[in-house]
Amino acid sequence: MADALTAAYALRLGDDALILSHRLSEWVGHGPELEEDIALANTALDLLGQARLLLACAGAREGRGRDEDALAYGRDVLDFSNLLLVEQPNGDFAQTMVRQFLFDAYAVELWPRLSASRDEALAGIAGKAAREAAYHVEQSAAWVVRMGDGTEESHARAQAGLDLLWPYAGEIFEADEVETTLAEKGIAVAPSVLREHWQARVEPVLEEAGLVPPEGTGVRKGGRQGRHSEHLGHLLAEFQFMQRAYPGAEW
Amino acid sequence: MYTQGLNQAVEDGGPEDAELLARFQAKIDREEKIEPNDWMPKAYRQTLIRQISQHAHSEIVGMLPEGNWLTRAPSLRRKAILLAKVQDEGGHGLYLYAAAETLGISRAEMVDRLLEGRARYSSIFNYPTITWADIGAVGWLVDGAAIMNQIPLCRCSYGPYARAMIRICKEESFHQRQGYEAMSRLAEGTAAQKRMAQDALDRWWWPSLMMFGPSDADSPHTGRSMRWKIKRFTNDELRQKFVDATVPQARLIGLEPPDPELRHDEESGHWRFGEIDWTEFNEVLAGNGPCNRERMAARRKAHAEGAWVREAATAHARKKRSRMAMAAAAE
Ligand SMILES: [Fe+2]
Ligand SMILES: [Fe+2]
Repeated sequence: MADALTAAYALRLGDDALILSHRLSEWVGHGPELEEDIALANTALDLLGQARLLLACAGAREGRGRDEDALAYGRDVLDFSNLLLVEQPNGDFAQTMVRQFLFDAYAVELWPRLSASRDEALAGIAGKAAREAAYHVEQSAAWVVRMGDGTEESHARAQAGLDLLWPYAGEIFEADEVETTLAEKGIAVAPSVLREHWQARVEPVLEEAGLVPPEGTGVRKGGRQGRHSEHLGHLLAEFQFMQRAYPGAEW
Repeated sequence: MYTQGLNQAVEDGGPEDAELLARFQAKIDREEKIEPNDWMPKAYRQTLIRQISQHAHSEIVGMLPEGNWLTRAPSLRRKAILLAKVQDEGGHGLYLYAAAETLGISRAEMVDRLLEGRARYSSIFNYPTITWADIGAVGWLVDGAAIMNQIPLCRCSYGPYARAMIRICKEESFHQRQGYEAMSRLAEGTAAQKRMAQDALDRWWWPSLMMFGPSDADSPHTGRSMRWKIKRFTNDELRQKFVDATVPQARLIGLEPPDPELRHDEESGHWRFGEIDWTEFNEVLAGNGPCNRERMAARRKAHAEGAWVREAATAHARKKRSRMAMAAAAE
């Protein structure tokens, strides 16, 4: 039982990294500046590395012989458990960077805590991810400030990105029996613990950027339980195309 | 002897001072590096600007055909390898623009020249990547041909270019091996995979041979570039080296280059190959290749859509400086 729960937990975190990495990889070659193209590829690569470790860990705990690729390419929408936030389309660079910042501000609080997990495999992955997240949040926060403070146009675009994505941030702090049970055992980090730390990271950056979170938007959630937005199916259609077209082939 | 030829008006400027020119050539002959602040003939500077910026543009445009498969890589391992490769190519572009800037041209000016169609990039990137096997073929053949061209450039007479190339060549040879490994995996796979691999070789073989440029007889600047040690081998010599290295690699994994005239010449040890279709080469060069328009459109779109982002960064930096200055004044 504990293993099924740990598998589900690792899968949630792995799916977040996998889907966000995929979104960032859509940018590569098309970024606003060469340095940004390289930085987007770099973050995508870090997240993909995290995803591979987490999916492999999930597969091992699940005990059904599924490896990272079986999990990444063999599931349909209902079995993906990422946050709705990370599957939202790239939009413009402002939308991408706001999405990234809202996620990074969570990741940078999650991973150092999870590196103290009683599950050694998770703790190891978290330790590596913590160093990467620290770098990612520095970059995405800097862009949020640059865009919010920069020009009238960049400000408007950044505010529009925030208006669009803010409702998805609340899902980060939702927990069901997976997180609750594992947190009690010292294996997972209870998402509710992270809320104030996330706010402490997000608020000063938005303030410096002159951006204001929208009010009364409610919380868009369901990703953890496989209730996704329309976007995920299209993403998977592209992402899984080769494995679907050539079942059983080795690459 | 050499200075005599150069003392006449050169294409990119007026006549050069004979004594300076002689000293410059002597330095090159001693295999010493020319550094940014050293005197150099105008034509040397212009040749290098053209070559290095063209090389930088190729790295950047080259991200497009490979980026085309980033979202569809068939396994997470392949996706990671491809992401890292495309990121490396962006890094190569960055070092090369920096090397060209030491010659007195800005990156913005170079990019403008590319976007306005006044600067070239390697024609190879005007071919499409239509199946996954093209990613293997590009790494194996295109990076493989690039290495053949670039290893001699590590000894180029211009210091900043030579040093950039040393760093770049290490990564390119890694790309070549990864591409070949991806291709071998396909070649030993299912019938569908093998078909995909052979088809990619069929399409990329000749364009890869064309990457070395026109044959020596039709290559007007080769003599001068060799004398200046910007070039160390002729186009045909490099092309032959590439064919000699690549044919055995193809056969080892059961693939065959699409050339009925390919045969091994026992006496010289070289692989002899058929005539290259230079009409195709010239068509692609003239802008009529399968993807010329798409590649340029993608670069222009990224540049245009990125304008507000670059402006925002500049505006923010300016505001920040003035706020700091005001704070300092208030103290
Ligand atoms: Fe490169
Ligand atoms: Fe390369």
